[in-house]
Amino acid sequence: MSPASPTIAARTLPSANQRVERQPGALRRLLVSEIVMVFRRRRNLALLGLLAAAPLAIGIAVKVATPHGAGDGPQFLGQVSGNGLFLVFTALTITLPLLLPLLVGVVAGDAVAGEAGSGTLRYLLTIPVPRTRLLGAKAVGIFVYASVAVLTVGVVGVIVGGALFGLHPMTLLSGDTISLGSGLLRTLEVVVYVIATLTGYLAIGLFISTLTEVPVAAMAATVGVAIVAAVLDQVPQLGSLRNALFTHHWLGFGEILRLNIAWSTLLSWLGLQLAYVVLFGTAAWARFTTSDITS
Amino acid sequence: MTATAATRAVPPATDQTAPAIQTYGLTKRFGRHLAVNDIDLMVPTGSVFGFLGPNGSGKTTTIRMLLGLITPNAGQVDLLGLRMPRGAPRALPRVGSLVEGPAFHPYLSGLDNLRRLDACDATTAPASRARRITAALDRVGLRAAENKRYRQYSLGMKQRLGIAAALLQPRELLVLDEPTNGLDPQGTREVRTLIREVAADGMTVLISSHLLAEIEQVATHVGIMSAGTLLRQGSLDTVLGSDGLAVTVRTTHPAAAAATLARLGVSAPVIDALTGTLTAQLGRVPADSVAPALVAAGIPITGLTVARPALEDFFMGLTGEGFDVAG
Repeated sequence: MSPASPTIAARTLPSANQRVERQPGALRRLLVSEIVMVFRRRRNLALLGLLAAAPLAIGIAVKVATPHGAGDGPQFLGQVSGNGLFLVFTALTITLPLLLPLLVGVVAGDAVAGEAGSGTLRYLLTIPVPRTRLLGAKAVGIFVYASVAVLTVGVVGVIVGGALFGLHPMTLLSGDTISLGSGLLRTLEVVVYVIATLTGYLAIGLFISTLTEVPVAAMAATVGVAIVAAVLDQVPQLGSLRNALFTHHWLGFGEILRLNIAWSTLLSWLGLQLAYVVLFGTAAWARFTTSDITS
Repeated sequence: MTATAATRAVPPATDQTAPAIQTYGLTKRFGRHLAVNDIDLMVPTGSVFGFLGPNGSGKTTTIRMLLGLITPNAGQVDLLGLRMPRGAPRALPRVGSLVEGPAFHPYLSGLDNLRRLDACDATTAPASRARRITAALDRVGLRAAENKRYRQYSLGMKQRLGIAAALLQPRELLVLDEPTNGLDPQGTREVRTLIREVAADGMTVLISSHLLAEIEQVATHVGIMSAGTLLRQGSLDTVLGSDGLAVTVRTTHPAAAAATLARLGVSAPVIDALTGTLTAQLGRVPADSVAPALVAAGIPITGLTVARPALEDFFMGLTGEGFDVAG
């Protein structure tokens, strides 16, 4: 019994209380529902389709284009025609600055603001879904979507690259050659790294999403933050401050393509993401658990 | 509720059940605007409580505070005997609500929207989900349209889906904020019937409205809000005053009828010779004594009505302003 008012005895109907019990698997159902909601949204699927088209378009372009000098174009582009696996890295290099942040920013910005804007938030909260749990479920939904997005680039990249250029033992940036199996494993590690390196941005998007009831504003602001960070990253005068930008090490996955991976460097980069997650996750929680829901 | 009484060692009658809703000094300020000002709302268990007031009088803000959506600046809310917001996980599953209109995902069907809500409810059993959703859709007459996308629903259908969502599992309290907004007369009647049904099942109903006539037909209790203040609350009779009842008799012998009523103790009957009607304030005369007295006196009656002044008139008298003016 929770302490009720002094004037009213802390009594509730026992029969009713027995009914108000958490059913087993409640958290799992909430998470599954959240993830399903993200992927039922046609817009979110269309964005994934757009993303999947990137490796395809790059692959075809490389295939039909006349060979060009090394060093031309983005990282790894030169190696694609020699080994289809490099299509994954090229596609990631091309999509990471703009397309991926757009996708992820749309879904993250929409997470809470979308429910608020459509009014469904008040009905979720009066079910009741505790606010902390709902925010957690939203974070999981965003994370799964981002993971699927990066995986999509990886899988489509391997398939298209394999079909157009064949999959071969991989020559690393350090000059060593590893077997195809090891190369595929490295590719998977790259995908995992990219997913992890997006988490700070996801937390920022989730936080922004708790600030407004206008989903479009939250999406635009989230994508805007990624763009501003990327622009700041191009200003050399900022010096080492740029190392603290959440976008700064997005393309650092090249480190994984060396024979001896500098794990400590990679982990310090991911530590930065963790700091962003903690900072903006806490801010989102503080905001969402105390805000008045007037939408 | 009856089960409780049976298993309990005969508590004093007044202490049998906590009110379904009780607030203490509930206050909410938005910036400099005092939306809700120190209200002590009391909704007795088992009542149909009409929560009345013009748009902007603080009804919805109060309801949002009751449900834990808005944090009050001052005061407390006890919902089903549980102090909010701490009691929310145990109180809210027993409360169905429709707050400021229905809201669902437009690209999902009505059915999928209800599935989504039920999946998020930690207290409902997934095994009974399909059955409960079907029952709720049946109750509001939406089965035929369950697979249509919500976006294609008419306003009335949306409202029904909102009520279906509120009835997804057995509730003890139903909070309906303007449930007939956007409904045609037929839909309004259906909502009234539904409210009577759930009330007959023992559910307490809080129904807010700015349409007084609508509430009068279903409510047992009313609370009247104006400009953030709860002006009056209590049973319909207490609030409106039973001595406010007026009798209208339609007869071919109005003078004789007036004499009979005067003998009953009804003062100053007014005769309208043109229409052959007689009107009088009943005062303390019991309403059910009028017809027998007239019949006993052998007066032919073609019509007899006993009515209280409309809530709307009452509200006008209370606030000196029209009901549709935002307070």
